[in-house]
Amino acid sequence: MFYREAGDFKTTYADDSQTFPIKFDRYRYYLVLAVAFGVIPFIINDYWANAVLLPFLIYAIAAIGLNILVGYAGQVSLGSGGFMAVGAYATYKLMTSFPDVNIFFHVIIAGGITALVGVMFGLPSLRIKGFYLAVSTLAAQFFLVWLFNRVPWFYNYSASGQISSPERTVFGYAVTGPNAETWVAYLFCLVFVTISAIIARNLTRGASGRRWMAIRDMDIAAEIIGVNPLKAKLTAFAVSSFFIGIAGALFFAVYLGSAEVGDTFGTTKSFLLLFMVIIGGLGSIFGSFAGAAFLVVLPVLLKNVLVAGLGWPTDTAAHLEILIIGGLIITFLIAEPHGLAQLWRVAKEKLRLWPFPH
Amino acid sequence: MSDTFLYGIEVVMNGLMAGVLYALVALGFVLIYKASGIFNYAQGVMALFAALTLVGIMEGQVPFSHLINAIFGTNIHHFGWEVPAILAIFLTMGVMVLFAYLVQRFVFRHLVGQEPIILFMATIGLAYFLEGFGDLMWGSEIKKLDIGLVQGASVWFEDLTSGLGGDGFYGFYIDVLDVTAAVVAVILVVSLTLFSQYSKQGRAMRAVADDHQAALSVGISLNFIWILVWSIAGFVALVAGIMWGAKSGVQFSLSLIALKALPVLMLGGFTSIPGAIVGGLIIGVGEKLFEFMIGPMIGGATEAWFAYVLALVFLVFRPQGLFGDKIIERV
Repeated sequence: MFYREAGDFKTTYADDSQTFPIKFDRYRYYLVLAVAFGVIPFIINDYWANAVLLPFLIYAIAAIGLNILVGYAGQVSLGSGGFMAVGAYATYKLMTSFPDVNIFFHVIIAGGITALVGVMFGLPSLRIKGFYLAVSTLAAQFFLVWLFNRVPWFYNYSASGQISSPERTVFGYAVTGPNAETWVAYLFCLVFVTISAIIARNLTRGASGRRWMAIRDMDIAAEIIGVNPLKAKLTAFAVSSFFIGIAGALFFAVYLGSAEVGDTFGTTKSFLLLFMVIIGGLGSIFGSFAGAAFLVVLPVLLKNVLVAGLGWPTDTAAHLEILIIGGLIITFLIAEPHGLAQLWRVAKEKLRLWPFPH
Repeated sequence: MSDTFLYGIEVVMNGLMAGVLYALVALGFVLIYKASGIFNYAQGVMALFAALTLVGIMEGQVPFSHLINAIFGTNIHHFGWEVPAILAIFLTMGVMVLFAYLVQRFVFRHLVGQEPIILFMATIGLAYFLEGFGDLMWGSEIKKLDIGLVQGASVWFEDLTSGLGGDGFYGFYIDVLDVTAAVVAVILVVSLTLFSQYSKQGRAMRAVADDHQAALSVGISLNFIWILVWSIAGFVALVAGIMWGAKSGVQFSLSLIALKALPVLMLGGFTSIPGAIVGGLIIGVGEKLFEFMIGPMIGGATEAWFAYVLALVFLVFRPQGLFGDKIIERV
């Protein structure tokens, strides 16, 4: 009944190769966009924005970036926390050095800087593969965090070693700083998420995406059919770090407002992003959103149930929380190794025939 | 001999001792990776869990007391007895064997044939689970682990070597505990090697490492071997937990030693027991020397990343590590 292609005739090539070829899917996509841009900004409140919506949007960008590297190009990375830190510190330096430039450009340039750093740490991937590569990306993680901790130039010689974002405006509305209103911050992040998702979706179904997937499936075979592994791997690192850098910039400037590199961008963050990608589904843009949503909502839900609902002490609840998250990850990997995206695909197939499955 | 040179030697000696401890953790990784192809990220948390359990049993803590108190509103914490160290170690070992069985039964049996990355993620999930479980069971406050190991500087060694330098030199500083750890590590490695070379189970273990299918076809029970391997890894984790716990208290940061062991593995190769030892020593000496000589110039605390960067540079020239199996790729 839903997701039927019957009766939906394509008369041009452009129609045939669009992102959502099925009519129902397309309308659903427009509806989601309309709700996200047109309804939520009016009904948003501080609690929902800070606990759920802003982290969800920002993590979604980061998860898309990591998914390009891990899911499409097959290069496992545990250094994404470090790359988020690069994005954050790059925006901080740009915001304080060029206060007249719009923050929109700062975030984009911060993404570009992160892409450069990502390419630098991606270079060993040409020699090192598999687990060895995964572990060696931890070098990026530890080195970058140490760098931002120890070189005072990066945090403008502030006494606490923290960075905090000054007030910047877009179209006269404050996006960062203490006076920023929630709906402005939300819309600002939403714009970035939408653009990132569209770019990522089109990159991955185009020529570069095919090159990445060829490298992922078997790099030697890909090389033989004419994919340049140097270019393919490094572009994957560049694009992935670009998105992760943007996510880091937004995470620091818009969401947190101030950050301390070891706490905010440590290995925990790298693993969290990797979990999002795996639980959401490797090699799927929708999966990045689903994984981000799942891992943002779950702790909030657990905290509400255990602390507010049952009145447990916070530390016991926190222990139970990581226990449950760990258990859920294992359960997920056993029950559905292809993640939430696969569940969604199955649901679509079922809905297509529903209510007459034969 | 100049004093700086003597201090350099002291740094190298301490580096060697630290390296032995890294190697101890790395050993557990290598064992599981060889036998089942699983890269067990949870090894560090297993060390933490083992140490927590040991302390908990010795002090007679009530397991899950915080949870019970939270649910029933009671206030219990200790049984009121104390268990001698030896007995507690045996009981803890029992817990680790039970853990090995449960992991095998409920997690990895269902994941046979999955891609290595999925298995790796499962062990990260396991690490989270075990961390939460350990904290929930025994509480998360820092605990002192005291099973009678001697600690502190070796006065004898300091006196012996104080004549080497000038007036400002008081001899080499070496912690007795580090020496104990080194001796224990050597014993552990030798006995593990003997076990895997000469005992029936050890041979079966190596057969499984070589080829799962072939091992199955000559009648080796994969299930049993995997439980055995996880138990041995649990034992190694217990030893590592005791050593590190005695040194710096049993606390969450103990689980981070897994992160210290990873570059050791990269350097030595994931599949080689001697590699873990040599890699550990190189990393231990390397990071201490680097911190001693270059560290002050660039802001210190270089230990956080030096090992990784060293391993990374090394891998670019030798992608399988020092002693790892040669990576042969076929299309």
